[in-house]
Amino acid sequence: MSEASNQPAREAGRYHWRRVAGEYLGLLLALGLLVLVFSLLTRHFFSATTFYTIANQIPAAVLIATGMTLILIISAIDLSVGSVAGLCSAVLGVVMVQYKVAPLPAVGLAGLAGLACGIFNGLVSVRFGLPSFIVTLGMLEIARGGAHALTQSQTQYIGSAIEPIASLSVLGLSLPFLLAVVIVIAGQLVLTRTVFGRYMIAIGTNEEAVRLSGIDPRPVKVAVFAITGVLVALAAVIDTSRFQSANPNAGTGFELNAIAAVVIGGTSLMGGRGSVVSSFFGVLIMAVLNTGLAAVGAKDETKRLITGLVIVAAVIIDQYRHRFNRERATQQ
Amino acid sequence: MPQSGTILSAGGLWKSYSSVVLEDVTLDLRVGEVHALVGENGAGKSTLSRIIAGLVKPDQGHMEVFGTPYAPRSKAEAEYLGVRMVLQELNLVGTLTVAESIFIDQLPNRLGWINYRKLNDQARAAMAQVGLSGLDPQRLINTLGIGQQQLIEIAAGLSRRCRILILDEPTAALTSTEIELLFTQIARLKAMGVGIIYISHRMEEIQRIADRITILRDGKVVATQPAREISLNEIVRRMVGRELPEITSRPAAAAGPVRLRVEGLTRRPWIEHVSFEVRAGEILGFAGLMGSGRTETLRAIFGADPRDAGDIFLRNSPTPARIHSPRDAVRQGIALLTEDRKEQGILLPLAIRCNISLPSLPQVSGLGGWIRSQAEKVAAGEWIRNLGVKCHSGEQQAVELSGGNQQKVVIAKWLRRDCDVLLFDEPTRGIDVGAKFEIYELLTQLAGQGKAIVMVSSDLKELLAVCDRIAVMSAGRLAATFKRGDWSQDRIMAAALSGYN
Repeated sequence: MSEASNQPAREAGRYHWRRVAGEYLGLLLALGLLVLVFSLLTRHFFSATTFYTIANQIPAAVLIATGMTLILIISAIDLSVGSVAGLCSAVLGVVMVQYKVAPLPAVGLAGLAGLACGIFNGLVSVRFGLPSFIVTLGMLEIARGGAHALTQSQTQYIGSAIEPIASLSVLGLSLPFLLAVVIVIAGQLVLTRTVFGRYMIAIGTNEEAVRLSGIDPRPVKVAVFAITGVLVALAAVIDTSRFQSANPNAGTGFELNAIAAVVIGGTSLMGGRGSVVSSFFGVLIMAVLNTGLAAVGAKDETKRLITGLVIVAAVIIDQYRHRFNRERATQQ
Repeated sequence: MPQSGTILSAGGLWKSYSSVVLEDVTLDLRVGEVHALVGENGAGKSTLSRIIAGLVKPDQGHMEVFGTPYAPRSKAEAEYLGVRMVLQELNLVGTLTVAESIFIDQLPNRLGWINYRKLNDQARAAMAQVGLSGLDPQRLINTLGIGQQQLIEIAAGLSRRCRILILDEPTAALTSTEIELLFTQIARLKAMGVGIIYISHRMEEIQRIADRITILRDGKVVATQPAREISLNEIVRRMVGRELPEITSRPAAAAGPVRLRVEGLTRRPWIEHVSFEVRAGEILGFAGLMGSGRTETLRAIFGADPRDAGDIFLRNSPTPARIHSPRDAVRQGIALLTEDRKEQGILLPLAIRCNISLPSLPQVSGLGGWIRSQAEKVAAGEWIRNLGVKCHSGEQQAVELSGGNQQKVVIAKWLRRDCDVLLFDEPTRGIDVGAKFEIYELLTQLAGQGKAIVMVSSDLKELLAVCDRIAVMSAGRLAATFKRGDWSQDRIMAAALSGYN
């Protein structure tokens, strides 16, 4: 065969780069367009202040979206991330306020709570062959119930003890933002460069074929849920320290925002295809849209309406792009 | 030719996707004729038949049915005009019953309320045509095997009024008895004046039932001739544009040590007490009717399905191997090439490279499971070359390959994993003639390298050509085993039927 010569290798390389570029170009254009539109509409939008506001606002959403991306790639879904965030926040608040635990061990306990919820989601759906939709819907209630039980439905005011986590900053960028960026890069590398990531993509594409290739898909799936649980706990810690209090209703609706951001980024709801970096752009697009609409003075209902339309439009564009590619691929 | 005798005439048909797939194709179909379309995969048979059935619109060209211009905008419109196609890929909904599937577009009803008694009666009549009279019309589709599903599709096609019937690889999953029934029905439709377009890779069938043959190659019509005037070899030669080697009868294998021994393998109700052994360098064929338990035997050995009883011994070991999952099997050098390649074998949207390296990723990864991309690429490229997979590069998606090349990718994946007991379930299903020969060649080579091969096939000719021994299964039991030299098609068929008395 001709693989030995340079020509096809070079062609393959170009093919690869064109695909990588194509992957992010659309998202960058969309993001640029939004920034441009809002900058033209209001004088103050295009400013360092806006930039820092957004940067400090999104870390929690980015962490959760990273986990959700991995979840969707293995063709699962996690509806419990919002409630689990609430539970982790409650754990953090209660142990610090009522048991006077130091911040670091308290953060560790919150992390364990998230991990436990994730492992529960994964183990139950794998062991009993249940759709993750149902299991995590159950967890959505369980975790929220747990959060209310722990706090007796009272918001826990932690105060300045927790504040340093959110307020530490490097070059004006908060620690949480830097952490989120690191997690996104790490997540993307795990997904594209490691055996674990490759198994995830393969499982999302065709789990039975993976099993028949001699690979047990179950531990991989449990691990993905567990990782998501930990990321959600981190997100909860960040938000709790931002507000210096733990509200048992914290995180309500996070799951839908995360799914929306991930889907805007182009990760497939059918599994097997996705990118953590794209989800990051998805979160950014949602945040810019939100901030921008607020800047032009849009009312809350208008914001929700427009955000909803953007989500649907993003999915349509993505579907169209992939159907086109697939048709070209299958019918030579 | 008399105009009155022509049902369909199509001329100047062009179609391209990213490349040209049909180039100025002309076809006419006469009343009561079986017109075979042959060609390698990608020659344009499917696109042509899909255009006629209204599934695909041509870029250029015109069609007439009984002299009236015919340009269907959808499958439904084509069917309304009496043009029907039984698709190669199964189109059934798993959770419907057999009866509902057959009459999905014309359920007998009053004000939307389905008359199930009438529906089931109609379904029984339709199924009797294809020899499924024993089947309960209320069974769910997903409880049926692939062969029976195919028959249901055909029954649905046969039970409708139509002037043109297109059959795309109808016999791919059928046993010889079922094929005979199908041919009887085709004869009946012919007598009624229906024109039949018949697509198949099986040359013997085409010679038997076709009146005329149109050979396609690279999107062009190479020839249209009466079937009687063209020999099998000639058809194949013109299809591929080159000479094909005869199926080489393999020299008797140098009997190596026993590599795999199976004892009393049982998985009720599919297989009962199956015992056999395969030596290194040997190809053991499994013949039998659809549903005789051949696939189930392979899957049970591989740990894909749990077994009720039975032991598996590897490499002459006196203690049975622990195999409870495909993972256990692969770790001990057993590979399974599944019958259903697209659903269970290959990951279609992924790159060829990813498919080849999937079971052996730990071999190209370092600390923390970090994949060494270059090593992975090189190894995949090596196997692509070794097996002659036709592709641009290892980065191409598997879905873009032809069936034969996809199959080679699956084989490469197992060889890359150093598996030396190879369980091949229907390795040439849905693969065109040229590629079949390449697969036979490959099997022979692998045996020559000392692999132990078990091969299930519904194509007896191919088993006779490739195998050293043939085990025949019948109703879940091993009915007989024949050695090369003392087998005959008659004896094998008799053994295959023996369990059903």
